[in-house]
Amino acid sequence: MLSSRASCNSHGQDSPYFLGWQVYEKNPFDQAVNPTGIIQMGLAENQLSFDLVESWLRKNPDVMGLNKDGESVFRELALFQDYHGLPALKNELVEYMAKTRGNKVKFDPKNLVLAAGATSANETLIFCLVDPGQAILLPTPYYPGFDRDLKWRTGVEIVPVDCWSSNGFRITMSALADAYRRAQKLNLKVKGVLITNPSNPLGTTMTRDELNHLITFAIAKNIHIISDEVFSGTVFDSPGFISIIEAAMDPNLESPDLWNRIHIVYSLSKDLGLPGFRVGMIYSNNETVVSAATKMSSFGLVSSQTQYVLSNMLANKKFIGKYMKENQKRLKRKKEMLVSGLRKSGIECLKSNAGLFCWVDIRRLLCSDTFEAETKLWKTILWDVGLNISPGGSFHCSEPGWFRVCFANMSHATLQVALRRIKDFVQRWSYGGGIGNKISYQQNMSNLNRKLPSNWVRKLYSSEGDEQDIG
Amino acid sequence: MAIEIEKPGVGLSKVAVSETHGEDSPYFAGWKAYDENPYNESSNPSGVIQMGLAENQVSFDLLEKYLEEHSEASSWGKGAPGFRENALFQDYHGLKSFRQAMANFMEQIRGGRARFDPDRIVLTAGATAANELLTFILADPGDALLVPTPYYPGFDRDLRWRTGVKIVPIHCDSSNNFQVTPEAMEAAYRCAESMNLKVRGILITNPSNPLGATIQRTVLEQILDFATNKNIHLVSDEIYSGSTFSSSEFISIAEVLETRGYKDSERVHIVYSLSKDLGLPGFRVGTIYSYNDKVVTTARRMSSFTLISSQTQHLLACMLSNKEFSENYIKTNRERLTRRYDMIINGLKNAGIECLKGNAGLFCWMNLSPLLEEPTRESELALWKVILNEVRLNISPGSSCHCSEPGWFRVCFANMSEQTLEVALERIHKFMEQRRRRN
Repeated sequence: MLSSRASCNSHGQDSPYFLGWQVYEKNPFDQAVNPTGIIQMGLAENQLSFDLVESWLRKNPDVMGLNKDGESVFRELALFQDYHGLPALKNELVEYMAKTRGNKVKFDPKNLVLAAGATSANETLIFCLVDPGQAILLPTPYYPGFDRDLKWRTGVEIVPVDCWSSNGFRITMSALADAYRRAQKLNLKVKGVLITNPSNPLGTTMTRDELNHLITFAIAKNIHIISDEVFSGTVFDSPGFISIIEAAMDPNLESPDLWNRIHIVYSLSKDLGLPGFRVGMIYSNNETVVSAATKMSSFGLVSSQTQYVLSNMLANKKFIGKYMKENQKRLKRKKEMLVSGLRKSGIECLKSNAGLFCWVDIRRLLCSDTFEAETKLWKTILWDVGLNISPGGSFHCSEPGWFRVCFANMSHATLQVALRRIKDFVQRWSYGGGIGNKISYQQNMSNLNRKLPSNWVRKLYSSEGDEQDIG
Repeated sequence: MAIEIEKPGVGLSKVAVSETHGEDSPYFAGWKAYDENPYNESSNPSGVIQMGLAENQVSFDLLEKYLEEHSEASSWGKGAPGFRENALFQDYHGLKSFRQAMANFMEQIRGGRARFDPDRIVLTAGATAANELLTFILADPGDALLVPTPYYPGFDRDLRWRTGVKIVPIHCDSSNNFQVTPEAMEAAYRCAESMNLKVRGILITNPSNPLGATIQRTVLEQILDFATNKNIHLVSDEIYSGSTFSSSEFISIAEVLETRGYKDSERVHIVYSLSKDLGLPGFRVGTIYSYNDKVVTTARRMSSFTLISSQTQHLLACMLSNKEFSENYIKTNRERLTRRYDMIINGLKNAGIECLKGNAGLFCWMNLSPLLEEPTRESELALWKVILNEVRLNISPGSSCHCSEPGWFRVCFANMSEQTLEVALERIHKFMEQRRRRN
C-alpha cells in the first residue's frame, strides 16, 4: 500500500553502523553511573570545544534573545522564510569557508545555497545533477549515510571506486577508469563522482595529485564533481587542506566547462559541533544548479532563529579565529592520544591529519581475511569489550579488518578507559593462542547468542538484510 | 562542409531543468511586482499592497511577550547549561518534550475532541517538506494524487516536482460553495484511470486554502468513505486548523476517525505546521501525524533530510508546554482573525463585492466574476493585471489555484496592520466606483 521507496531498504539502517548505536543506547557508558557500559566510538561528533561556544553565548544574551541593538528582531525572523537565506549569514559563511581554506580561494554568497544539514544538501545536489537510474561514482571506503542520502529518494545508483591499503587508500586514475567501465557494463550512465575531502572514514586530506586526477577524469568523461568538505575545519595537522576549488584553479587543468561541473557541500555540524542546528550548504558556480537547488531548499530551509544566532557568532572574527585554532589543537591532541594508545597494543592507524576519527588496522586480529570474520570481530568488540566502533564493511571498504574509531566525542578519561579495554582485549586475544583461543572465542560467541534477542540474531548473521524493523 | 557538433555542456538532471517548480505562475509573479514597489504607510503610500501572502501577523505581540518573560526558552537557561545537549541533538525522533507539546497543542485546537499520541508525530522543516515527504512514501513516480480545486499553488511543486507524482484535480465549483462531492471524486478517479494513472491518495486542505472555509462533517465522511472504497490514502493538510474563527466549526479528520473507532485509520495522515497559526514560517516547524505505523517509521527516517533545528524545537517546546500561554493564544488569535475577517468582508460588501462565506484561514475567496469581460481565464488574468498595476493590490487569481471557474480571487488580510487593510479597502472601493461610472 505504500510506495516502493517506502518499502525498500535503501535507507540503509540495517547496517552495523546503525545497529551498533542501538546497542550502545541500551547500555551507554557513564563514568559514574555505568562504568561497564558501552563506549560510543561510532559517532563522528565534535564535542571538544563546546566550552568556547558556550562562553560566547553567555557573553551575547542579546543575540540569543533575538534582539539587535536593543530592539527585538523576533517578528522579522519569524516571518523570514526566503529560500535565498539570511544575507548576513551567507556573507559570514563565505568568509568562514575562505578562512578554512587559508584564504586561497574566495567565495561569492550568491553561489551559496543553504540546506537543513549536509544530509539535505547532498540529496538536493543529486536531485539537480542526476536522473533516476543513473549513477555516481564514490571512492571507498565511504560514509554509510550516503547509501541513504544519495540513493533513497533520488533513485540514483552508486558505483564504488575501489581504494586499497597498499597505497593508503588513495584514489588512482585506474580505479576511476575501472569504476566507470563497471558502470558501463551495468548500463548505468555516470553523471558524477562524489568525494569526501577530508575523508570520512580515513581522516586524511586528498593530495593535489588525487585532485588533479579527479578533475582530469571528470573533464574527460564530461561528468560532475561533488566535493563534500564537511570536515574541512577539522584539519589539525600537515599536509594542509586543498579544496577542490583551489585545485581547479590550476591553469594546467583549464577547461571551458570546468566551473560548471564542480560543486561543494559544507556544514557546521562537524567543525562547530552543532549537528542539531541543521546548517548545511551547497556552493556552486553553475547558475542553473544554484537556481534549482535554491528552489529545492524549500524542502529543507534552515530555521531563521538559527540563521540569526550563527550569523552573529561567525561575525565575531576574533572569537572564530580563536575557536578554529583551539579546536584544531584539541583535535590533534585527542587523536595522538588514541593513536599512541593503540600503538601500545600493537594496533596501527592510517596516518591522518583531519577528521574526528582514525582509520584503524585490526586485520591481524581477524581469524580469516573475510568480512564474516570482520563482523564477528566487530560483535566481539561491541559486546565483550564494550566499544562501539564501526567495521569497514559498513563503509564498503574493499578489504576486511579496518575499523573507524571516533575520538572527538569523549573526554580524556573515557578515552583512557577505552584504550585500557582494548589493551586487555588484545592481550587476551594474543595469549589465547591455538585451541585455547578457539574455545574462549566460541564461549564468547555463545554468550553473544544468549544476549541477543532472536530477531537480532537473524538480522546480524544473515547475508542479506530483510525488511524487519529493529527497535 | 562538415557540421561542427559542439560537445554538450555538462548536463543537469531532468528535475533541475523542468518547470514543475511552478514558479512561473502569476501567484509568484505578483510577489515580484510587490517586491519591486512595496507599500509603506510613510515612505511609499502608493506602493503595491501585498494581499497574496497568507501570513498571520495579528498575534505577534503575544509571542513577543512570552519570550520576554521566559528567556530560558531562547537561551537554555542562565549560563546555557542545556546548550551542549541541544546542539548535539539530531535524533530524527525529535525532542520528546516538543512532540508532547505539539500533540497537546493540536488537541487544544480541536477543543479536546481528538487525542494525539506524541509518538505518532514526525517532525519536518515546515509543511512544505511534510507534504513532499508523504508523497514520496505514499506514491511512486508516475502515480497520481487527487486534489480538490481550487488548491494552494505550492502543491504543484511540493507534491510533484521531485517525486514525479501527478495531481489529478477534483473539480469543485460555486454551485455548492466549492464543496467536494462524491460525483466529483468519482469523475477525477475515472479521469486518472483513463490516463492510465494509478491513484494512490486524495489530499485535502481543511480548513481550505484558498476558500477560507472548513469542510463539513458529512463531506469529510464522504471523502473518507471514498478513500476506503478505492483503498487509497487520505492526507488532510490541517495547517489552518488553529485559524478558525469559531472553535466548534472546525472538524478534523481525527474526530471523524474517533467516532468511527479508528476503523480503517491506517490510510489517514494529517499534516500540520506552526507557520500559519503561530505566524512562524521562518522557524520551519511542520509535522506529519499518521495512524499508520509503517508510515510513521518511514517518515521518521526520511525526516533526516528535513529536521527542525534543535534550538527551535527547544524554544517551541517551552512555549507550547505553557498551558496558560497556549490557551490564551488560541483564543485571542481566533478573536483577532474574526475581527479582521469581518472588517474585510464588510469593506468588500460596501464596494459591491461578494465573497464565499468563510469561517477560517488568513484570506477570503472573493468573487469578481461579474467584472469579467468574458468568463475565461484570459479575462481573469487581464483583470488581475489591472488590479495589480492600477489598483496596486497583489491578490491571487483563482486560475493560479487551478479553479475551474474564472473570476475568483484569494485576498489575504492577516499579513498587514488594520490601517493598511483600510487603505486597501479604500482602493477597492474607488476602483469599483470608477467601473460603475464607466458602465
